[in-house]
Amino acid sequence: MGVELTTTRLEDAAKWAKQSKLDRATNWGRKFSLFTYPFVTACCGMEFMSVAGPKYDLARFGAEFPRFSPRQSDLLMIVGTITEKQGPALKRVYDQMTEPKWVIAFGVCASTGGFYQNYHAMPGADQVIPVDVYIPGCPPRPEQVLDAMIMLMDRIQAGRGHSQLRDKREQIIAAREAEASVDE
Amino acid sequence: MSQKVLDALKASHASAIERTESEHGDEIAWVKRDQLLAVATWLRDDPAMAFDSPVFCTAIDRLDWRPLGVPPSQHFKDENLRFEVCYQLRSSRHRYRVRLKVTVPEHDPRCPSLASLWPAFDWQERETFDMYGIRFEGHPDLRRIFLYEEFVGYPLRKDYPKEKRQPLVRRDDLPIASKTPTSERTEIAAGDSGDEETP
Ligand code: SF4
Repeated sequence: MGVELTTTRLEDAAKWAKQSKLDRATNWGRKFSLFTYPFVTACCGMEFMSVAGPKYDLARFGAEFPRFSPRQSDLLMIVGTITEKQGPALKRVYDQMTEPKWVIAFGVCASTGGFYQNYHAMPGADQVIPVDVYIPGCPPRPEQVLDAMIMLMDRIQAGRGHSQLRDKREQIIAAREAEASVDE
Repeated sequence: MSQKVLDALKASHASAIERTESEHGDEIAWVKRDQLLAVATWLRDDPAMAFDSPVFCTAIDRLDWRPLGVPPSQHFKDENLRFEVCYQLRSSRHRYRVRLKVTVPEHDPRCPSLASLWPAFDWQERETFDMYGIRFEGHPDLRRIFLYEEFVGYPLRKDYPKEKRQPLVRRDDLPIASKTPTSERTEIAAGDSGDEETP
């Protein structure tokens, strides 16, 4: 954290300027009302509790309280080791979440598989679903998590989350197709 | 500690016990495979033994077994001795502990199941089957317990490739990635403000 802006954030800031007023307002609303779905599978969960607890207080950033139904949430926190057997369940949870949705991989296990390079562990949750922000660490410090949260909020404001980009792509493709059919 | 148990076993089931050893306070009896059920039943039902508590059941793969301090003549060579199935038992009445071991050959990985004597061995035998592929005969429901049905092979065998994964879903199978053809996706990403690099 701190006052310095990383390059990404500078770029993001430049992109906000290009957004329409409506987009800017919508994304502003989205970034301050994240509803988390904690997909807690392993030891990182302890660290997640401390971030969500009063000392570090994730709620300051608008991620007020965890919802334990994917249908009521738009931020998936993958906290802990994902095994190959859990892959279908994780994908299903992601599919059930409301659009637009974002994903944070919490800890090295969720990001790359960490030290579990063997038959049972999935080498990163991004094998199954698109991940927006990766947090390294085993487990990560709460400060890292807050930093990741701020990164994600910048990204949401800039419209650069995976699901937002996908929507944009689809709109462009639909527009192109419509153009093509008019030309014919 | 429980040398009495080994002596009693040798006295009552001389033909079933191959050899016995004591190591670090653990008493081990090597039992012939076809007699395991009889020996275990006797251990459970004899009032002087009364082994009522099943502690664990697991297996050891002795492929490439070369521990320090063991002469090369005793290293693993014979595929007939590849697996050892271990049953640890405890008698809470007499405070005995004993471990029964059965050698299981590679080409015929069968072992009698003790789940009928101690129901707690049911899941432990399933786990041993899941990880080592030991087929427990007489087991009520021998299925994989941790891994999925689609898994091929037995991961804790020493000849299973260390990093071999058998994924159930992969990103390439998913509609998110396949909605747009790849060529068009890169084109749009280049032309549009959005790029997908992640920090
Ligand atoms: S990253 Fe470390 S703390 Fe987090 S789930 Fe993996 S092993 Fe546990």
